[in-house]
Amino acid sequence: MLRWIVWRDLMLAWRRRADMLSTVFFFVIVVSLFPLGIGPEMQLLRTIAPGVVWVAALLASMLSLGRLFANDYHDGTLEQLLLTPQPLVLVVLGKTLAHWIIAEVPLVLIAPLVGVQFDLSRETLWILFASLLLGTPILSLIGSVGAALTLGLRGGGVLISILVLPLYIPALIFGAGAVEASIMGASAAAHLYLLGAFAIVALLFSPWATAAALRISLE
Amino acid sequence: MLQSGRRTTSILEVSKLGCVRGDRRLFSGLDLSVSPGTFVQVTGPNGSGKTSLLRILCGLLAPAEGQVTWNGANIRSLAEEYYTSVTYLGHRHGVKDELSAIENLRISNALNGVAVSKKRAHEVLGQMGLAGRESLPARLLSEGQRRRVGLARLLVCNTKLWLLDEVLTSLDKGAVALVRSLIENHLAGGGIAIVATHQELELAAGRTKRLELTT
Repeated sequence: MLRWIVWRDLMLAWRRRADMLSTVFFFVIVVSLFPLGIGPEMQLLRTIAPGVVWVAALLASMLSLGRLFANDYHDGTLEQLLLTPQPLVLVVLGKTLAHWIIAEVPLVLIAPLVGVQFDLSRETLWILFASLLLGTPILSLIGSVGAALTLGLRGGGVLISILVLPLYIPALIFGAGAVEASIMGASAAAHLYLLGAFAIVALLFSPWATAAALRISLE
Repeated sequence: MLQSGRRTTSILEVSKLGCVRGDRRLFSGLDLSVSPGTFVQVTGPNGSGKTSLLRILCGLLAPAEGQVTWNGANIRSLAEEYYTSVTYLGHRHGVKDELSAIENLRISNALNGVAVSKKRAHEVLGQMGLAGRESLPARLLSEGQRRRVGLARLLVCNTKLWLLDEVLTSLDKGAVALVRSLIENHLAGGGIAIVATHQELELAAGRTKRLELTT
């Protein structure tokens, strides 16, 4: 069942590739604006790199969250998903996984490339990749709760940012912290472990919260 | 609840159901018992709570009071188990614009645990009058054709309870006749159909109950 939901969402995303690409372009452009604006001051760029890349990743994932349930809600397929003979948590998990693959994985893959603009060492770029790989599932998981809560509301886009961005702060701190540690020449392991732990906690709790929020939104 | 004589056991029981939307009470104290092979036509003016009633019956909406039981168990506690016996078609089609008719049909059924082969899906869509348009993205279909794609699910699902909300909107005469025969077959097989509609749906066979909601 999980397979079908993921497959369905991936196929839908493929049919509307433009949506997916716009998220990636947004990320690349926002990250690239900083080196262009600041100029070739390597030391400064290295210092701001972790924060800039991570904040851009948070904002880019906000862009795609609105679509997580909204399209299905408007054409009535979401209520059909609620009425399938399988736990709603599983449906939510499938949709969140698909969202991660569609919206976050491209960012994770492209981040080391855009990171080059900040004069990061090869090792640091790997840490950046690892921190995003561990951290972006948190963004999808927590974001899905916000997306479900703001479903069908007018101006849901702004509301979702207000709801979700504060909850992203731990991911931002530890994700950017890992990269920063690596720039300083220290071990990033502690930050990455905490990020991983946070991802597991998000995985354990957010699908239930999202499922409950969806039931309320669809009443 | 075995009853002697000609009457059969009712498997869907609605007792003292009340519904409140916002600060308006749509209906209260609604009782209904439905036995296999029964067609229930829910009528009433706009805003009388037909859609809300169907959404309560399928468990999307929690009733303000009263309860709905299926085979003696409250549907709120049955949860997913209940959905193996229910097909609900709302007034939104539940058809994805980006997917073709055949993909829509196969995916929505797969998610309901019913695998539909490509061949079978072609047959079903042909029966629904969509032959030759199976592979077009649904956004290129007309409103009525999209409705037919949604209705095609009724031909492959093997659920006992059908809840159909305004499914006759934007359908032509032929399609209405098709839906009527689908429901007749369903009732003959011991199924239940609860239909909210403004159009009269005269069935040749089966028991028909009328439920009139007022504002």
